[in-house]
Amino acid sequence: MTGRNEETRGTASPMVEAIGVRKSYGNVEVLSGVDFVANAGEVTCILGPSGGGKSTFLRCINHLERIDGGALYVDGELVGYRRQGNRLYEMKERETAERRSRIGMVFQQFNLFAHMTVLTNAIDPQVRVKGRPVQEARRRAEELLERVGLAEKRDMYPRQLSGGQQQRAAIARALAMDPDLMLFDEPTSALDPELVGEVLAVMKDLARSGMTMIVVTHEMSFAREVADRVAFFDGGLLVESGAPGEFFSNPRTERARAFLRRVM
Amino acid sequence: MTAAPSRAARSEDMQVVKLRHWGRLAGAIVAVAVVAALLYVLVTSPNVDWGTVGSYLGDPAILSGVLVTLELTVLAMVIGILLGTLLAVMRLSKNPVLRTVSAGYVWFIRSIPQLVQILFWYNIALFIPVIAIGGMRVSTNHVVTPIVAATLGLGLNEAAYMSEIVRAGILSIDRGQTEAASALGYRPGQIMGRIVLPQAMRVIIPPTSNEVIGMLKATSLVSVIGAADLLTHAQSISSANFKVIELLLVASFWYIVATTVASIGQHYLEKRYRWSVAPGGGRSFLSRLTGRRPVVRPEKTA
Repeated sequence: MTGRNEETRGTASPMVEAIGVRKSYGNVEVLSGVDFVANAGEVTCILGPSGGGKSTFLRCINHLERIDGGALYVDGELVGYRRQGNRLYEMKERETAERRSRIGMVFQQFNLFAHMTVLTNAIDPQVRVKGRPVQEARRRAEELLERVGLAEKRDMYPRQLSGGQQQRAAIARALAMDPDLMLFDEPTSALDPELVGEVLAVMKDLARSGMTMIVVTHEMSFAREVADRVAFFDGGLLVESGAPGEFFSNPRTERARAFLRRVM
Repeated sequence: MTAAPSRAARSEDMQVVKLRHWGRLAGAIVAVAVVAALLYVLVTSPNVDWGTVGSYLGDPAILSGVLVTLELTVLAMVIGILLGTLLAVMRLSKNPVLRTVSAGYVWFIRSIPQLVQILFWYNIALFIPVIAIGGMRVSTNHVVTPIVAATLGLGLNEAAYMSEIVRAGILSIDRGQTEAASALGYRPGQIMGRIVLPQAMRVIIPPTSNEVIGMLKATSLVSVIGAADLLTHAQSISSANFKVIELLLVASFWYIVATTVASIGQHYLEKRYRWSVAPGGGRSFLSRLTGRRPVVRPEKTA
């Protein structure tokens, strides 16, 4: 196993760096040694066929899944472990929770808290996790709901909103924590086609603001237009990565070519 | 090919004859007859002295018994709900020892009749005569009065059943809720207390109300240890005046009143928690409390 080498820490500093990450469920290996880098301030889109390990890898980044081998760094810190000398100590849940609060995550199924209004969804984590005063948290939540175009829906419950509105609310909730990194796990896959656009628009706006984003998606046009880099996953490996223009017009590997023929 | 009847012939002069449900009618007549006969026997029986029933309904001893029955119900349910929730959380924890202890408790308690448990707590002094904590030494009989024995017997038994109800409620909540909370940085205790349990209430409340109603009547078991509940008082009066049926009717009257009130309470409690059932429908718990009615205009149900 190579250590973290100095070249990758050059001018563009890596926000996420994976070295030979492995993960198995029972006997099924879903990640077979993933090497991956996502730079700060950039949008990285993870593409690939279903079952290729994209979502699992994303969930490893904030330790919702524990990795079985390799190393995963976020902002220079090991995910889920503390290093002392040559040993890795698994972190306590409290420490893991503290690190997670700096990484926002948006889910395919939105996962807004069903018993809270949209506004409370965005306030509660700030107060409970970050310990912000309620008034300050409320101002921040209102500001972000305004930004995603949901100011009028703030007193509604998630079930009263459309899928697109719920997903925008979930993005606002994640942003309210002022994360350094945003993870999107197929954010538009559960939406009716006519609602996809409003969520992608919010994500484009976020990308323009300089947020570091890693997006697992099947929206090729979004990846082509917004991504700084695309990473193509297949069979539990990062098969190919590069600038979107290069990847879409001239993929280097046969697997990527076959995938693009199917989806384009 | 025959010509179809004219439009008028097909639609006019036709009468709808509803299907007669003779079986239903016969069933209803039999049921009414049976109920009427039973009431007749009860009301006109020369062996029931209705005057005595009436005079004992408001008897101070009976009323104090009603109070004890209500107290026992509340105390036993409080113990049952708190300990039951703890047992449910233990059962769902990652710690195999806690899981086993919880499952063992539920198995053990549910295997022993409630009456036996009450008798056991009543006679605990035969087993542990003295309770010693630090330098304090107290005779067990001083601590475990009939009421304490009754509360322990009923409450500890109830906890086993409540733990299954709470566990079902927790399991009914989508994993995505827990994952979203974890991803936001909530700690495990906060996830349970802030996110999972409040949502599980919708599933937990109906069977819990059922348990309360069952408990109101289960408290009558403690009359075997003379715990001064409603049935104990009714029986002690009837053992002096031999009006056994009359005092059982008095006790029944108060049990009916208590369960009816509890049933009405259950109805309203469930209505309040219906908020998270139907997409777009119903009012929120908060808006019910505050009386503020938000405009509900679901654009699209996800």
